[in-house]
Formats: sequence, structure tokens, C-alpha cells
Amino acid sequence: MKHTIKELEDIASQIRRDIVRMVHGCQSGHPGGSLGCADFFTALYFEVLNHKKEFSMDGIGEDLFFLSNGHISPVWYSTLAHAGYFDKSELATFRKLDSRLQGHPTTHEHLPGIRVASGSLGQGMSVAIGAALTKRLNGDKSYVFTLHGDGELQEGQNWEAAMFAPFHELDTLICSVDYNGQQIDGPTKKVLSLDSLQAKFEAFGWHVINTDGNDMQAIVEGLHYAKTLTGKGKPILNLMSTQMGAGVDYMMGSHKWHGTAPNDEQLATALAQLPETLGDY
Amino acid sequence: MKKYTYTEKKDTRSGFGAGLHEAGKKNENVVALCADLVGSLKMDAFIKDFPERFTQVGIAEANMIGIAAGMTIGGKIPFTGTFANFSTGRVYDQIRQSVAYSNKNVKICASHAGLTLGEDGATHQILEDIGLMKMLPGMVVINPCDYNQTKAATLAIAEYEGPVYLRFGRPVIPVFTDPDQKFEIGKAWMVNEGTDVTIIATGHMVWKAIEAGEKLAELGIDAEIINIHTIKPLDDEAILKSVKKTGCVVTCEEHNKFGGLGESVARLLTTELPTPQEFVATNDTFGESGTPDQLMSKYGLDAVNIVEAVQKVIGRKK
Repeated sequence: MKHTIKELEDIASQIRRDIVRMVHGCQSGHPGGSLGCADFFTALYFEVLNHKKEFSMDGIGEDLFFLSNGHISPVWYSTLAHAGYFDKSELATFRKLDSRLQGHPTTHEHLPGIRVASGSLGQGMSVAIGAALTKRLNGDKSYVFTLHGDGELQEGQNWEAAMFAPFHELDTLICSVDYNGQQIDGPTKKVLSLDSLQAKFEAFGWHVINTDGNDMQAIVEGLHYAKTLTGKGKPILNLMSTQMGAGVDYMMGSHKWHGTAPNDEQLATALAQLPETLGDY
Repeated sequence: MKKYTYTEKKDTRSGFGAGLHEAGKKNENVVALCADLVGSLKMDAFIKDFPERFTQVGIAEANMIGIAAGMTIGGKIPFTGTFANFSTGRVYDQIRQSVAYSNKNVKICASHAGLTLGEDGATHQILEDIGLMKMLPGMVVINPCDYNQTKAATLAIAEYEGPVYLRFGRPVIPVFTDPDQKFEIGKAWMVNEGTDVTIIATGHMVWKAIEAGEKLAELGIDAEIINIHTIKPLDDEAILKSVKKTGCVVTCEEHNKFGGLGESVARLLTTELPTPQEFVATNDTFGESGTPDQLMSKYGLDAVNIVEAVQKVIGRKK
């Protein structure tokens, strides 16, 4: 362990503060999914990912991460800033004119840490597969991680990719699903049920594991465990249970905070629940 | 009229296959992907010599475009291959976000473009792909005119850094360009110098423009013929220079007149040098089943249509 669980939880708390402040600052963006994935991003970037501080697009010899559900950009931007990719003061520019921190992540403004645009859903798994194929051709044994929304899996391209990866034995690929059961129009069970994602992915030939995405100990152990499963001919799918809005009581568990910004009062309530641990931007 | 002859007919897709194979020999970072149309795209030679650098994706074009975008990360130069319809309209959003907006070095190589795909009919005969692709910021759009030019273009785009759409076709047509040509992206080719009218043609329509030029010469009309193989970026300078001399223009393409080469030329001329223009192109229509020759005739894409358009546009000159 590079950090104690307490240290990681403190980082996640700061990232959550940043998320609500960023979304409040521009009165737009997606706090719900961002908060729900703050523990995953913290575990990934501060404990699991073998990555270099100096960003290079090609990422030779380092693990790569692709965010397919790009709308939870606030959590990624905050994580990247605290991991040293750029100064945290830039978080104040989120979704504002001339910013590198676009509403959805992009390479277009050359923000370090980002290797492909995402936002239009369902494309990230294919891109990650491509990056993993190139690593294989280059003899580069590093891992490729992804994150997907659960509602996003309603997009058909995911299933083209899900069929491809096991057939080509892409066993350096570790995909996680933000399994919060919510999407814009309501619970996934009511909008278009995903039924058993475990059964679906296993039928496609993936090794599926289940983790609690809002328990730091569990998510760190889960991602380390996922790494031990690589190299065995199967891609790994981490079905990660989370709560939309985790860490802010009035946002938790409801799709209503998928894409709504808090007002001044709601911001104050949220910040009172999230200790400032690393210093606000 | 300069005399063009040919000793053989070949399909432009075979020019792509030969170019891909040679590009693969020159640069080990060149990789190829295909969505279950290896034979149609003439990828066999590449696959035989570089099996580890070829990925069969299956009938999953969206996944193919995403994988190609991802493969650029780490330095590969992916060439995707399928029919033009499935290379563009079917995967527009994947190209837009993962390739164009992300500025990935992907070469989208599209065969069976236009009416000359023939008997399969309108579901497969895309006449809108040039428009779709040229509207994407940063996308280079190339539509070569014969086997040799397609091969040269394939080699050139392997050396160019950035997203490219390369459009070619199925039918065998005359091979009339130089086998050793140097292909310059964005640089027009002067096919024939003339003074009375500028004929601007792309793809399969270039040979038809040459046939039209011969007929026009018999009628006493001296046509300048320019091959625009690169629709984007357009060679503004070559077009303006010619049109200044001739005072009228006919554009020729196997594509809808909405969104194609003709509109790009019209946009240039409207802003720089307003000039009478006629369009030899399909007229806001889908195609249908038939032989390539029957279809080109029925939809007004023959040499005779170019001759008529030239006579009309010359009559509109002040």
C-alpha cells in the first residue's frame, strides 16, 4: 500500500468537495455519478494505477485509464489535479469559456491525463480494446482500465466490444461498471432493465468480480484482486456497486442529482459533510 | 486535348490493397482492421505478410472505429476497411468523437462508394459520404481516380499525421495515371490545359471527364480538366487560377450534388470569384440495382452529361 485507507478516504473527501464546488461554480454538470465514483478514482490513481506524472499520449510502459461515461468529468478532473497532472487552481475553470476542462473530457484542449474524448456514450470499451491491442503488439505488459456507467451499457457498441475482448483473450483489460442502478430518466430497472450484468458478461466470456465501490478498503482490494486475475486469457469486469451522490446525504441514491447543480444553500450543506483535507482549489 | 490511353482496367480498391501492402512493408506501425470484408477490400496481401498486424473485427463497424482510435495510442497507424456506407453513415458518431474530435491518426478506407457498387442497390450505394466526412473538422477527404492514384494516395496517407477518409470503388476502370506518381494531399492534378471551360472531376468521374474533353474538342470547345482527388483540404489556388482563365466551371462526382465536391467548389467561387457553375452529380436521390454502366447512365453521370453541362455553362458566361 502506498497510502493508508484513512489517507485515501481523506483524498476522496477532498475530491468530493471539489466536485460539488465545480458543479456549483458553473451551475451545470453531473454531481451524482461523480460523487459515487470518487472512491474508485482515488483508489485507482493513488493506489493501483502504474502511471507517470509526466503525461504522454502514447503511455508506453504505463497503465492506461479510459473514462467511457464522460459526463462524470468532475471526479476525473479533480483526481487528475490532485495526482499532479495539472494545478488544482484550474478546477475553477470547469465548463467555462476557454477552459481545458470541458463539460465532457477531451483531448482537443490538450488537458494532461486524457487520451480520447468521451461523452457520447458507449465508445470507451472499444477504444480501450484498441489501446490494449497496441500494447500487445508493442510487447508492453501494462494494464488498461476503464469505467462505464451502468445505464451506458444500453448502448449497443458495448456489446460488440464485450464480444470482441474475450475472443481475442485481452486479459490485460480491467473494465469497471459504476453499478448505481440510476440513469437520467429514473432507475435502470424501469427505463431499460440491464437484468443480470454478471450473467451477461460471463456468457460473453469475461471474468466478473463484484466490489463495493463506496468502501475504500473494498475497492482497493477489489482492483488489486482484479490485477491478479489478468494474464489468464479473459478480460476482467468489475461490477462495482455504488450510490449515486455518495457522500452528500441529500443527493444519495436518487437519479434526480444525475445532472443538477446545487444552489448556495445546498452547497453549504454538502460541504459541511465533506472535510477539507488537502486544501480547496 | 492531351491524349490519354490505357492498356488495362483495374478497380481502385485493388490500388488500395496494393498501397496498404506496400505501406505495411515500409512502416511496421501500419496496422489494418476489417469488418468481415477482407476480400472486397483487397487486404489479402497485407494479411498474408503481416498477420499479427491485422485485426478481424467481425460485423461490428462501431467497435472497429473505436478500436482503431485506441490503437493510435502507443503509435500504431490503423487503416480500417469496409464499404463506404458502413465506413461513414453507420459510424458517424464514433468517427466524430473518438477519431475526429480526438484527433486520432486513423485512416478510414472505404470501398464500394457510389452507384458503381451496382447490383446490391441503394442500401449499399452511399452518395452522401463525402458530405458527411468533409463536415468533420480536421478530416482529410480523398477520392482518387484510378488504380495507380489510389495506391499512391494510400501510401501518402500512411505518412500523413491525422484522420483521413479515403474513398474508392468496386468497378474495373481504365488505369491512366502514372504508376510512379508522387501523391500530394491537397494538390490538384492538371489533366488537360484548356481555355473555354474548367471541368473539375473526382474519383471515377475523371476518366469520364477525359472522354467528355475529347468529344468537346471535336465540337471546337477547349476544356481544361482538373482532377481534384483531395476534396478537403481543397486546392483553392488551382481552381481559382483555372476559373480566372476559363470563366465557367463544371464539377463532376459520383455523389449527391448536396454536400459533395461541387458544393465545395461553389463555396470557394461564391466568396472569391463568382462564376457560372453546373453540377454533374446525383440529384438528391438514392440509387437502385443495376450494372454500374446502367446506373451511371440513368443517373446522369456519363461523358455525355458532362458535355451537355459544359455547353450549358458556356452559354451562361457573360
